[in-house]
Amino acid sequence: MNKTPWYNKGLFSSLNLRQKTLLTIALTALVLLVIFISGTMINVNLPTDFATRMKPPSFEHLFGTDWMGRDMFLRTIKGLSLSIVIGIGASVISSIIATILAFVASMNKYLDSFVSWLIDLFASIPHILLIMMISIALGKGAFGVIIAVAFSHWVNLTRVLRAEVLQINTSEFVALSGKFGKSKLWIAKEHILPLVLSQIFVGTLLVFPHAIMHESSVTFLGFGLSPHEPAIGIILAESMSYLAMGAWWLAFFPGIALLIVVLLFDIIGDNLKRLFDPSQANN
Amino acid sequence: MIKINNKKLAKFLGLKAIRLLILLIVIAAISFIMIQLSPIDPVKAYLGQRIVSQEQLAIMGNYWGTNLSLGERVMGWLSTLASGSMGFSLIYRVPVTEVIVQKFTSSLTLMVVSWIISGVVGFGLGVIAGAKEGSWIDKAIKTYCYILQSTPTFWIGLVLLMVFSVYLGWFPIGLSVPIGQLSDSVTFWQWLYRLILPAITLSIVGIASLTMYTRDKLISVKKSDYFLFAQARGESFWGIIKNHGIRNILLPAITIQFLSFNELFGGTILVEQVFAYPGIGQATVAAGLRSDVPLLLGIVIVSTIFVFVGNLIADMIYEYVDPRLRSDEDE
Amino acid sequence: MGDFMEKLLEVNNLSISFTQYVQGLNRHESKVISDLTIDIGEGEIVAILGSSGSGKSLLAHSILGILPYNSNVTGEIKYEGQVLDQKLKEDLRGDEICLIPQSVNFLDPLMKVSEQAIGECKNEKEHDEKKLRQREIFSKYGLDESVDDMYPFELSGGMARKVLLSTALVGDPKLLIADEPTPGLDSQSVKETIEDIKNLRENGKGVLLITHEIDVALRTADRIAIFYSGYVIEINTVENFKNADNVLHPYSKALINSLPKNGFNLTEGVQPLEDLPGCPYYENCPIRLDKCEKTKPNLIEHEGVMIRCFNFEGANNGA
Repeated sequence: MNKTPWYNKGLFSSLNLRQKTLLTIALTALVLLVIFISGTMINVNLPTDFATRMKPPSFEHLFGTDWMGRDMFLRTIKGLSLSIVIGIGASVISSIIATILAFVASMNKYLDSFVSWLIDLFASIPHILLIMMISIALGKGAFGVIIAVAFSHWVNLTRVLRAEVLQINTSEFVALSGKFGKSKLWIAKEHILPLVLSQIFVGTLLVFPHAIMHESSVTFLGFGLSPHEPAIGIILAESMSYLAMGAWWLAFFPGIALLIVVLLFDIIGDNLKRLFDPSQANN
Repeated sequence: MIKINNKKLAKFLGLKAIRLLILLIVIAAISFIMIQLSPIDPVKAYLGQRIVSQEQLAIMGNYWGTNLSLGERVMGWLSTLASGSMGFSLIYRVPVTEVIVQKFTSSLTLMVVSWIISGVVGFGLGVIAGAKEGSWIDKAIKTYCYILQSTPTFWIGLVLLMVFSVYLGWFPIGLSVPIGQLSDSVTFWQWLYRLILPAITLSIVGIASLTMYTRDKLISVKKSDYFLFAQARGESFWGIIKNHGIRNILLPAITIQFLSFNELFGGTILVEQVFAYPGIGQATVAAGLRSDVPLLLGIVIVSTIFVFVGNLIADMIYEYVDPRLRSDEDE
Repeated sequence: MGDFMEKLLEVNNLSISFTQYVQGLNRHESKVISDLTIDIGEGEIVAILGSSGSGKSLLAHSILGILPYNSNVTGEIKYEGQVLDQKLKEDLRGDEICLIPQSVNFLDPLMKVSEQAIGECKNEKEHDEKKLRQREIFSKYGLDESVDDMYPFELSGGMARKVLLSTALVGDPKLLIADEPTPGLDSQSVKETIEDIKNLRENGKGVLLITHEIDVALRTADRIAIFYSGYVIEINTVENFKNADNVLHPYSKALINSLPKNGFNLTEGVQPLEDLPGCPYYENCPIRLDKCEKTKPNLIEHEGVMIRCFNFEGANNGA
C-alpha cells in the first residue's frame, strides 16, 4: 500500500551528509593505504641496538624499543601492513566462497541441504581451532594463514546471504515471477542478486575485522607464521615475557594500533553500508 | 505454553543424532587428513628425544600406520575412534580421554560463567541502547561495543593483566600449573581467584556482539507496524518495549547466545593462553605446538560436539518455541 | 448543520512533510499532506477518499501522535474544542481515539490475538473485564474461542480484519479512525464491516474512514472528502455524491461519472507527485482558468460545501 518510495522521486541535493560520508571513507582509506605502503618499505630485519634495548616510549622511539633494541613503532607498522594483506586476501576469498554457496543453495532443495550441511560442518569447529589445523596442514607462511582464515570466515556471510535469498524467494514478487514462468536463474539474476549485491560488498568489508583479529590471534598462539616474522600476534606473544618487568609498551601500542586499523575498516564498512542503505541515515 | 509433540521431537533428535554422527566422522577424517598432510611426523613427534628399539619403532609405525596408504590410515583412525579410544596423549602421558575430561571440566566453569554474564549483561545493554536509540547512553553503549568488537580477545586479556596484575598487583601474573602436569590440588578460593580475570575478559568480548544484535533487533521492532499500533493504542513506551519488544527479541537473542559456543571456545583458547589458565585451551595450544596429534584430534572432536550442542539448542528453540515455525510443521 | 455543537474533531490547514535521506544520502523534502481541513461531529462518519499510497494514512498517524521523527507538521488539530497537542494525543489515544489498522502487520506476531485485542492492562481485574468484552466482540464477528489462542500469522485475511476491528472496539472510544478497514474482505464481510461502522455512529461515535474504495465511502459515510495529490479538493455530503450534477469539483464529477454500477477502486489516475505552484488538478481540468496554473485555490465554503476551485470562489463573492 504505502510501499511506493515517494521520497525517491526527486533528488534535491543538499550534499551535506553524503559529502561527509564520502570524505570519511576517502580519509580512512588513505590512512590505511599509508600504513600499508610504509609497512612494505620497512626492511624486515630492523637494526638492532642493544644500547637502547627495553626503552619506554620517547620522541625518538614513539612506541619504545624491544629486548633487541628494535624500534617498536617500525615493527608495529610492518606488522600492520602484513595484517592488512592477510585480512584483505582472506575476506575477499571468503566472500567469493559465500556468494557462490548462497546461490548454489537457492537452486534446489538438495543443494540447499548440502550447503546447510557444509555451513554446519564449518560452523561446528571453533574458528581458531580450524585455523590452527589448516595452518598446521599447510605449513608456516602467510599463504597458509590467508587460506586458513578465509576457510573459517565464509560461514556467517553465507548464512546471511542464504537466509536473505530464501526470504526473497518466498516474497510475493518472486512467487509471481515464478507463476509467470520465469526460470530460477532469471529470478536469481534479476530479483535476488541486485538485492544482495550491497550486502555482499559490505559483508566483505565486515569480514575484514574478524579476519585480521583471527590472524593476530592465531599468530599470538604461535601458529601460522614463524616467530621471526613481524606479525602483530607474534609481537604481542613476545611481549608476554616482559610484562612482569613492567614493559607495558611492548603489548600496549601494537595492540592499540591493531585496534585502530580494525576500527578504520569498520568505519569504511559502516559508511558504505549507509550509502547503500539510506534508511539507516534517516534515524 | 510450549506444546511438544513427542513423536516429532524424537524424530527431530534422531535426525540430529545422525547428523552429528556424520559430522563427527567427516570432521575426524578431515582433521586426520590435514595432520597427515602436514610436515609433522607422528612417530617422531611421539618419541621426541627418546631412544627406542627398532621393535618399538615398528609398533609405533603400525599404530600410526606410516606404512599404509592415506585411505587405509583414515579408516584405521576412524575404527580406533569407533572403539571408543582416542589414543594416548604425548605431552601428558595419559589417555587423551582423561586429559580432555579433566581440562574440559576446568574450562567449562570458565565458559559457563562468562557465557551467563555476557548473556545477561549483553541483552540488558542491548535493550537499553535500542530503546533509547540516539541518546547519549545509546551512543556510549554503541561505542563500547564498537571498540570491543574490533579488539582481539587476547589483547583485552593482556591489558587487564597489565592493569590488575602488574600495575595494581591484585592478581598474580603466573597462575599456572606447569604444562604437562594435571592440577588437582587447588582449593576452591584459589580456583575462584584465578577464574576472575579470565572470566571477565571472556565475557567482555561476548557482551559486545550480543548487545549490538539485541539493539538492532529492538530497533527494527520499534520500526514495525505493530509497535506503531501499540503506540497508537496508548500503551506506555516501556510497556511496549516489555510486551512487544522483548517478546519479539528474546528468542533470537537466546538463539544467538547459543550459537556463540564457537566463539566461546575460541575465546577460551586465547584467554587461557594469556592467563595461563590450566584448561582445554592451553592443552589445545600445547598439543598443536608440540605435535601431540592424538590430543589435538581428540580436542577437535570434543569441541565439535560442544559447538554442535549449542547449535542444536538454538535449533530447538526455533523449532519448538517460536509459534510461527512450531505449527508450520504440524500435519 | 449542528454549528452550535462542538465538533468532535477539527483539523485546520494541516500539512505534513518529510525530510528524507534517499539513495546516495541526498537530502530530500517531500510534502505528503497539504493544507488539509476537515471536521467530524459526534455520530458522524466522514470518509477521506484518496488513491492508495497517497499518504492519507498519515492524517491518522498525525491525530494519534505517532508520526516519525523526521516529519514536519504545521496546522492545527482540535479535539472537542481543545487543541490536540502531543501530550493530549498521548492521553487520549487508545481510550477516546482508537485506530482500526490497515493490516495484520499491525499485530504483534508473537502474541495471541485475544491478548492483543485486550491490550495493556493495569491489573488482573481490568484484564478479566476486557477479556469478557473481547470474547463478546469476537463472537459477534463469528470468531470462535479457538481464534483467541491463535497468533496473527494463523489468521485468514477476513479473520484478521475482524480481529483488527475488535481491537478498537474493546475500549469505548468516542472517535474511531478506520484506516482502510475493508480490503481483503469478501462482500459479505464488507457489508458487515460497513454495518458495524454505521452502528458506531448510532452510538454517537465519530468515525474517520480512510479508504480508497469509493463504494465503501458511499455506503458508509455521511460526508466524503476527496483527497487529491495531497490536497482535499472537495468535502460534500454523501447525498450529493450520488449524482455528478450535485458535486462541484470537476475531479469529483469525473470520479462519479466513471463509476461503474458496482464497486470502483480509486487507485489509478496520474496525480502529480510534486507540489505544483498552481491547482493540483490543473493538468486534467476541463474548466481551468488562466490563474489556475500559477496560483493555488483555497478550500472555501460554497453553499455549505467545502470546495477548492477558483470557479466557485468568484461565484461565492458574487452571491
